[in-house]
Amino acid sequence: MKAIEIDNLSKSYNKGKVQALSSVSFEVERGELFGLIGPDGAGKTTLFRLLTTLLSPDAGRATVDGYDIVKEYHAIRSRVGYMPGRFSLYPDLSVEENLQFFAALFGVNVEESYDLIAPIYKQIEPFRTRRAGKLSGGMKQKLALSCALIHRPSILFLDEPTTGVDAVSRSEFWDMLAGLKERGITILVSTPYMDEASRCDRIALCNEGRILGIDTPHDIVRGFDNRLYGISAKNMFTLLERARAMEGVVECYPFGQRHHLVADDSFSVEQFTRQLSDIEGLEIASAEPTIEDMFIKLMKR
Amino acid sequence: MKHNFGSFVKKESLHILRDKRTMLIVMCIPIVLMTLFGFAISTEVNNINVAVVAPERTDGVEESVERLAANEYFTFCGYISQDEIDAKLRSGEVSAVVVFKSDYDRRGALAAQGIETTPLIQLIVDASNVNTASSATAYLQTILLGTASEQSMFETRMMFNPEMKSAYNFVPGIMGLIFILVCAMMTSVSIVREKEMGTMEVLLVSPVRPVKIIFAKMIPYFAISCIVLIMILLLARFLLDVPMTGGVWGIFSVSLIYLMLSLSLGLLVSTIAETQMAALLISAMVMMMPILMLSGLLFPIENLPKFFQWVSHIVPARWYIDAVRKMMIQGLPIAAIWKDVAILGGMTVAILGVSLKKFNDKLE
Amino acid sequence: MNSEIVISVRELTKRFGDFTAVDRISFDVHRGEIFGFLGANGAGKTTAMRMLCGLSYPTAGSGSVAGFDVMREGEKIKRHIGYMSQRFSLYNDLTVWENMRLFAGIYGLNRRETEERASALLKRLNFEAERDTLVGSLPLGWKQKLSFAIATIHRPEVVFLDEPTGGVDPVTRRQFWELIYEAASEGTTIFVTTHYMDEAEYCSRVSIMVDGEVRALDTPARLKQQFAAESMDEVFRTLARGAQRGE
Repeated sequence: MKAIEIDNLSKSYNKGKVQALSSVSFEVERGELFGLIGPDGAGKTTLFRLLTTLLSPDAGRATVDGYDIVKEYHAIRSRVGYMPGRFSLYPDLSVEENLQFFAALFGVNVEESYDLIAPIYKQIEPFRTRRAGKLSGGMKQKLALSCALIHRPSILFLDEPTTGVDAVSRSEFWDMLAGLKERGITILVSTPYMDEASRCDRIALCNEGRILGIDTPHDIVRGFDNRLYGISAKNMFTLLERARAMEGVVECYPFGQRHHLVADDSFSVEQFTRQLSDIEGLEIASAEPTIEDMFIKLMKR
Repeated sequence: MKHNFGSFVKKESLHILRDKRTMLIVMCIPIVLMTLFGFAISTEVNNINVAVVAPERTDGVEESVERLAANEYFTFCGYISQDEIDAKLRSGEVSAVVVFKSDYDRRGALAAQGIETTPLIQLIVDASNVNTASSATAYLQTILLGTASEQSMFETRMMFNPEMKSAYNFVPGIMGLIFILVCAMMTSVSIVREKEMGTMEVLLVSPVRPVKIIFAKMIPYFAISCIVLIMILLLARFLLDVPMTGGVWGIFSVSLIYLMLSLSLGLLVSTIAETQMAALLISAMVMMMPILMLSGLLFPIENLPKFFQWVSHIVPARWYIDAVRKMMIQGLPIAAIWKDVAILGGMTVAILGVSLKKFNDKLE
Repeated sequence: MNSEIVISVRELTKRFGDFTAVDRISFDVHRGEIFGFLGANGAGKTTAMRMLCGLSYPTAGSGSVAGFDVMREGEKIKRHIGYMSQRFSLYNDLTVWENMRLFAGIYGLNRRETEERASALLKRLNFEAERDTLVGSLPLGWKQKLSFAIATIHRPEVVFLDEPTGGVDPVTRRQFWELIYEAASEGTTIFVTTHYMDEAEYCSRVSIMVDGEVRALDTPARLKQQFAAESMDEVFRTLARGAQRGE
């Protein structure tokens, strides 16, 4: 039995006017760290709400931990841990009081699950009497994760847990998820940040309610079958416009310090540098494609 | 699996206790409203400045003025001339002027025999506050008539509230208003706040039945309301001297039913509203307005147009205010208000039923 | 890039009681530069940016933005800068055109200028068909491009961007950066605050604040070299790990 099985799941809002999710299907293995990568409006939150039984699907079916999300939703509710987009904590309650409340909600004692949450909770325990509203983003995130784990769920749903948190805390958070995975917990996590994809076992790239591709981060990138170059010059904007007009250029877009140039077979570096020799400081070198390049390619397909 | 109901109540109480500003408002509003309505915004005759115009200061005139001056509700501001009347009223120095006709004593005697028929005393009253003006006029008449021989055909007796103290009327009204404010508004806002913060999602994705969470939320608000109720009753009794002849326990019992009803209304609002702002607006517009306008708080229901009289039947506060008035002011026992109690009870059950049905355990 | 200095800050400090939120920071930003202003939560970057926007007075130090003194000419600064944040969105219940007219009015453009600038912006964004569409019904990416355009409607010398491309799809995001590059190449100075390091990679120069101080300031390439790091994310983590204070 898979941890999560999703079969042609669809959901629309406003009487069908907004299609949030269109026939999505995929499976998540037990103990897998599975990432949903996509921008706002990709349908990530809708999918989470369907799987945590907060919404009912228009069409299709899905099981979580073997239970049907429509018929057996009560069974699912005691088995999953859920951390919604905005960390759902009570800002006027202390760290300790939040944890105790969520323990009571699931009918457990904090002590029973302490061994599971300890690696995370220990980091914020020195501040246990501080109000949750006064914590930094990273600390809120750790507390919310502790609360979601308090009843030892078999599957953890984390909806954009790293949004609004600084780079250090984000990296620590992914380390914590790796630790939870070791203990056999299945994790479904969503993020709009492509650079976090490499921390997942498998990822689904999604956009506008559809899945563009599912695979390991490594294999997703391997699917990028064009040649890719990084180009730069003194005036980046002129370079962008000129490069796009060149022969053999499929597309060219800003990519941090350089522009990425996607080339087809007719492209020649030599010809490119020759024709653009009037551009000051022109540099071109081959580049490794990233998840983001693949995402752009899939979106344009 | 045990679900610790007590810890839900504790969590809810912590929310309330930590929101000091709201707590302060909830505790102060009753005091402020009671004092305001009880003393300042009053329709009762109090400290009315009266001037007198008299062509001759005869014994009869002097006697009347003495009686006027001795009355605690009027302050005698001296004799003025006919020409000064307008100026004195305009400047607000006096609110009423008593004008005695010339030859007052002799004509008074003739009037007593039924020979003289023209009016002997003219009352000129500043009617910018209609309520005060009409009560003052009525009261002045009773005082002055005493002298002009017993020629009145009517004898008026004010029952239950002989001094026409407005506080008596307002206390039940304020109670009707405050409990909606504390119970309905605060409960709905606190439930909707959880929707806004996103914590509702986590509450729903837990094995606990939502009903349990809802009741845990209601308990602390119910407790606060009881404290407010006791406060109001004490204020009414000892600050405003409301007699409470019908028995405190009766008033308390009806109030408890009304509290339950307000809490249910709050729950109903929370199932409709998605934001705290909306919850506040609905509470204010849909609940406060009818209470102010249609419950008999500001205007007697009998004076409303027929249509609104009919609408007022579905305003719960109307029945509550009616019941409390009967017990607090008329001194009727609880048995006399069975109709009000039955209607309030029925409404509570209906609203609670609808809102629990509407409050589902999904997000849509 | 021009060598003319548009933002100049010397020993700028802001204290709240005993707490020094911003501790003697100094830097220059040149015309047409895309300057990344980074920092962990609570590092003081919001406080620093408020002072540069003329919203808050420094406790000590000096600075000028677009030629105006941050100490004395806060009001003038406000008129010569544009501001766009991810949280600050346009009015959803007004149309594209109405939003443009509103903000043009706020910045004191007259009717003719408004007409001219707004039409030019619509054309550049390829939004002419959406002129009378309610902003609320536009996709997120479009809204973001529109709010950038509106932030530049009064041709400000400096535009402050607060996490401009968070949560946007990669294609729209690139279109957004193109707009920024275009504005920069025309001489507008862009000041970006963010805590997403991949946004930092797009900047010409980047400063990183830790505990109220600017701890690093250079081009992303040189910073990566200096810290022997593969990405800006690594550079940032190395610096911010030593942070003493949280939010």
